[in-house]
This record gives sequence, C-alpha cells and structure tokens, in this order.
Amino acid sequence: MAQVHLRDVVKKYGAIQVVHGIDLEIQDNEFVVLVGPSGCGKSTTLRMIAGLEDISGGEITIGDRVVNDLPPRHRNISMVFQNYALYPHMTVRENLGFSLKIAKRPQDEIDRAVDEAAGILSLAEYLDRKPGELSGGQRQRVAMGRAIVRHPEVFLFDEPLSNLDAKLRTQMRTEIKKLHQKVKSTIVYVTHDQVEAMTLADRIVIMRDGHIEQVGTPLDVFESPANTFVATFIGSPPMNLLRGRITGDTISLTDGPLISLPPQFASNVADGQDVILGFRADNLMPVGHAMPMEGAYAEFKMTVNLSEPLGTETLLFGALAGKEVQAKMLNPRPLQNGEQLQFQLDLTRCHLFDAQTEQSLR
Amino acid sequence: MDNIAGQKSGLMWAVHLSVLALVLLWLFPTVGLFVSSFRTADQIATTGWWKALTAAEQNLLIRAADPDDEGVQQQVDGVWTISGNLFEEDGRPPATLSVWGTSSREIDAYTAGETADLGDGEQITVEANGDYVLTAQEQMSGRGQRVFLTAVIAPEFTLENYQNMLFDPKNVDGMSRAFFNTLTVTIPATVIPILIAAFAAYALAWMEFPGRALLIAAVVALLVVPLQLALIPLLKFHNGIGIGKGYMGVWLAHTGFGLPLAIYLLRNYMVGLPRDIIENAKVDGASDFQIFTKIVLPLSFPALASFAIFQFLWTWNDLLVAKVFLIDATGRTSVMTNQIVELLGTRGGNWEILATAAFVSIAVPLLVFFVMQRYLVRGLLAGSVKGG
Repeated sequence: MAQVHLRDVVKKYGAIQVVHGIDLEIQDNEFVVLVGPSGCGKSTTLRMIAGLEDISGGEITIGDRVVNDLPPRHRNISMVFQNYALYPHMTVRENLGFSLKIAKRPQDEIDRAVDEAAGILSLAEYLDRKPGELSGGQRQRVAMGRAIVRHPEVFLFDEPLSNLDAKLRTQMRTEIKKLHQKVKSTIVYVTHDQVEAMTLADRIVIMRDGHIEQVGTPLDVFESPANTFVATFIGSPPMNLLRGRITGDTISLTDGPLISLPPQFASNVADGQDVILGFRADNLMPVGHAMPMEGAYAEFKMTVNLSEPLGTETLLFGALAGKEVQAKMLNPRPLQNGEQLQFQLDLTRCHLFDAQTEQSLR
Repeated sequence: MDNIAGQKSGLMWAVHLSVLALVLLWLFPTVGLFVSSFRTADQIATTGWWKALTAAEQNLLIRAADPDDEGVQQQVDGVWTISGNLFEEDGRPPATLSVWGTSSREIDAYTAGETADLGDGEQITVEANGDYVLTAQEQMSGRGQRVFLTAVIAPEFTLENYQNMLFDPKNVDGMSRAFFNTLTVTIPATVIPILIAAFAAYALAWMEFPGRALLIAAVVALLVVPLQLALIPLLKFHNGIGIGKGYMGVWLAHTGFGLPLAIYLLRNYMVGLPRDIIENAKVDGASDFQIFTKIVLPLSFPALASFAIFQFLWTWNDLLVAKVFLIDATGRTSVMTNQIVELLGTRGGNWEILATAAFVSIAVPLLVFFVMQRYLVRGLLAGSVKGG
C-alpha cells in the first residue's frame, strides 16, 4: 500500500538548482526506473525520496504521509546502494538482521526474516562470512537481502549494478526482476543504463538537467519518444536525426534527398515548417536485405563508409544529408567500404520533431 | 631497464641501511639498560654491560668467618684455627683468585698460596680456590678478618636490583608506589579523552549543524598551541575551583591537552568511512547514536587504538604536567618520571639502581608498543589506504 507522489519537487544547492519542480506519481507495486545521463538529478531525486537529501521545495508523500521532514528511519523504505554499503565488520547474517535488530524485534523473528531473505537470494551458505570474503555478485545480493528483510513499503535502488561486470550485470538484472515478482512492492530504481531501464521497468522516467523529459512504459518511450533527447537516449544505436523543411507533402532534407512526408504526421505540420526527421537503424535497410515494407516507404542511394558485422545483422554507417546515419542489414553479406547501396526507409516508423522546440509533432 | 632496476635496488639499500641504523640506535640503549639492571654494582663498576656474558677480573672484599660465632674457632694442636672458603662465605660460586691482601692500601700484597702475618701471632693463608686457614696463638675475637682479593668471576646476573626497587617496602627510593601512581594517572588520562573525542569526532564528521566548519578549524588551531602556555592559568583555575593538586587535576589537564589531537585524528578517520554505509544505516532505521555505537565505533577501532597508544605513551612519560598538576610537597603522588629525577639527584652514582628504575619505567611502554604496534601503523596510515 505505498504510492509515492512527488509534487513540484525542487532541490537547490545554494544558488544552483539541480531539480526543477518534478511531478511524478508512482503506483503501488510499480517498478519505476529513473534514467538519464549523469548529472540529470535522478540520484538526487531518489535520495530526496529516501530522506538523505533535504527537499528545497514541493512535497513528497509515501503512502498517505507527507515525508518532507521525516528522517530516513521513519519513512519505512529500504535502499540498495551502488557500492553495496555492507557493514564490513559484521557477518552476512548480522548485516541482514541489522535493521530488525535496531528496531528491537525479537530474535526469533529476526532469524526467520534473515533465513527467508537468504532463501530468496540463495545466500544461505554465506551467512557466517564477512562481506570482504564475498564476490561482487554475492555482495550485491546481500545488499538486496538487507533491503527485503524489513518488508518496507518502498525499495530504492541507486545504480545497484554499475559496479558489476557485464555478465554478472545481466544475471543480477534478471534476479532483480524476479525479486520484484516475488516480493510485491513499490520499487524506484535509478540507472544511467537505458538497457537496464528498458528491461526492468514498468514505467521509465527519463530525466535531463533536473527536468522530466518523458514518463511512459518502455515500449511507449521507445516507439513514441516525446522529444529528440528521449529519441537519442533510449534505444541502441541511437535514433538518426536529420534536419529538413516541409515542402508540400515531402520533407526536403538539408543537403539531402526529398522524402515523402510520413502519413501519420500529415495533419500536424505546416508547409515550410523546419523539422527534424528521426528514424532508427532498424527502419533503414538496403534493398534485398530488409524486412518487407508494408506501409509507405522512401527509397534513396547511400554510400556505406563502415560496417560492423554483428552476426545475424550488420550495422552500416553511411552519410546522408551531411550527417552520419546508421542502418541495418539483415542476412548480411560482406561489404566493401565505400560501396553504394539502395536503401529503403520505413516511413510508418519515422518520427518528426519540431526543429525549434525539439518536441515530437505527433 | 638496467637503469630502473639499479635505481630501485639503490633505493632499497638506502631504506634497509636506515632501518638498520634506526634499529641499532633504538636497541643499543634499551638492551644496555636491560642488561645493566640485572648486574651488581661491582660488575657495573668494573665492566661495561656488553661484557656481561664473559668472565671478568674483579676486586672483592670478603670477610672470613666471624670468630665469635659458635663452632667457628677450633683448637687444633693448641692453635686456634678458623678455616673455610672465602667465596662460600660470600655466597658466590667457586672462582679462582690471583692476588690478595689484608689491607685496602695493598690489595695485591700476596699471591695465592702465600701466608700473611697479621701480627700478634695471627697468620692467614689463602689458596687460589679461596680456601683459607686463619691461625692464632690465643682465642680470636672481634669481626671476621677482611681479605681483599682479585679474582676472575664467572658471568652472573641478579634479581636483587628489582627485589630492592620494587618489592622492598622499607626502601624509600623504591619504584613500586611511583609505578602505581603512574598507572593511576595514565589509564584515566587515556580513556577519558578517547571517550570525549570519539563523540566529538563523529559529530564533526557526520552530523550537520551550523558552525561545524568553524569548530573543526578551532580544533586544528588548538593543535598548535603549546601546552606550557596553559600551565599557570590552568593551575590557578584548578586551585580556584577547589581541585587543587591531585589526580583529578592531572586527568583533566591531560584530557584537555590530548583532546585536539584526538578529535582531529579520529574525525579525519571517521570522515573517510564510506558515506554509503552510514546513509544505509540511516535508511535501515538507526539513530545517530546507534550509527555511532554500532557502525562508526567498530570501524574506527584502528584509529582509536592508535590514538590510545599515543596518549598512553605521552602521559606515561610525562613529567611536566605531573609536576605542575599532581605532585605536592608530601611526594606521596610522585610518578615514575619524577622518582627517577630524584634518584638521579640522591643516588646518582648507583647505576644499578638507576638502570633498574629506568627499565621499570620503560617496560610498560615497550609492552604496549609490541602488543599494539600493528594498530599504531594502521592508524597512522588511516585514510591513505582504502581497506577492503
């Protein structure tokens, strides 16, 4: 029973404002990921929810309580830190039971909670070790176990996987997702890794410079980014963005070919408007190596300057309208650098942004 | 490549040599004191401590058996005779003497086996192994006959100095009371500042309050204030509030003089503890006091131990503060450093006493150092090395 509501939350350090009036409603049992480049205020926001940073303005509620002036220990939250933050002088068992011991719960209840958490995270055989004797992944699990023994209303994760190597990160990502399914609870998760955000989140909150750029499900933000920042931040490789101008029912790309106006935007643009055309590499493919295009598509020639074979597909780097553009090639064949190919662009999957505001024209 | 390797080994040699020099510099006087404290005054007077393990020639004064004791004199063939062994009379192991005499002016008048005429028909013969025969025409009386002899004495160590200095209640120069006085000063003077400083250091490191930076600056500034500056005002203050001279006064003084360094050292250590750990404890529900006792104190143990060693050694060896704040005219509260100063004045020639007193006073610091040295090093490196 814990919704988290942020209303016009502001954080200032002296004269410098790092969070500019954030509004966010997090539902009970929802897994929300705050994502953005470093310095975007996502960790600060999380720490304000935790109570580790003062709130300079606005209001945060957890459940029905306004928690603005509550110290962390009265907020009924758990937090998992980037560096695990295990107590190095305590065994795993003591680490897990610390919060309950502080709360003066009876010893048998502590033992039960610790054993339960150890069972969920398969830590049972390490209970009597010190954190120094554990591997990175085990430490991370202890940190998570320490969070779940308390059955808090809200879990806060602050870049918990960024200290792990790539393989372990994927593995722990799955474990966190499983954990959320086992321990139904509200989770706020901060990361700078958009893949983590996409795979874990019920809803993604994309932040930049202390503002929320877009809130939506992973598919939402992937398929209909609200602006060019979200478009380039979510998805790998980042979306191709090309400047152009609307002329009738075509877009004339600056120093580039004419491309017919994607039909879904036809009613939203005015003749002569400056726009930015966005499309993902997956929607620009060489003829003969593409998915069959069902709707409208554009066709043009492009020189391939570089190719990166990835196995089932090859990533192509070409130049279009004076900018580097990435495309994909299915059923790849070996390519010469500098080879010119005929490309097809799936117009139904294209995005249009206003050139001034950089907001989507959808 | 050769060049780099050469530089490295050159540096290593320099390090090794200076370590060796330091070790010798430290070991030489310490071992000297230690050995001397187990030697007799005669041994110290004739040879240096480094010869303690080899036999040495010594001049001794030994009295023959007292003729007034029952059964000592026997009449053999009409001559009164006393016989025995000089070394045995003196309670020494067997030895060999070369020359001897009966007067302090001529201690080498006779060689072993010769007979000396003592006048009034008395004669004494001393053999090389110390056997002597004293004969007289009439019954002898008075004290035992003095014999000066020069003998090669095997190495010998005695616990008598310690017996004398520590366990003889009649010895007014004894160290035992001073030893316990020093302990009475040192232990509270170490514990009290640590207790206060640990709390202060936590607050200065991890609690937000206005004026914190100024307080830290003030502590740092106090580090460079010489304590001599405060002696007289502080003593006046103690007298004013009725503490006067005594243990309470010296504890307070040591606490005050030790606090700036203690707070500074501990605060710097605590501020280096990972922020995440403390924030996590906050989220886990711990109050500031619980964070302090359950997280910060255990993790700061190396720094606490290292400061405890510093403070212990400094208060143990302190003379100035004790003289000003503790020792009154009765001398009942004299600490060991003061006792040694007095011994230097009154018993300046008795090296065996001085050596023993000195070694008694350095024994505890040595013990503390060897038991706690790993914490000392770890505490000094505090913050510079990130521990796992």
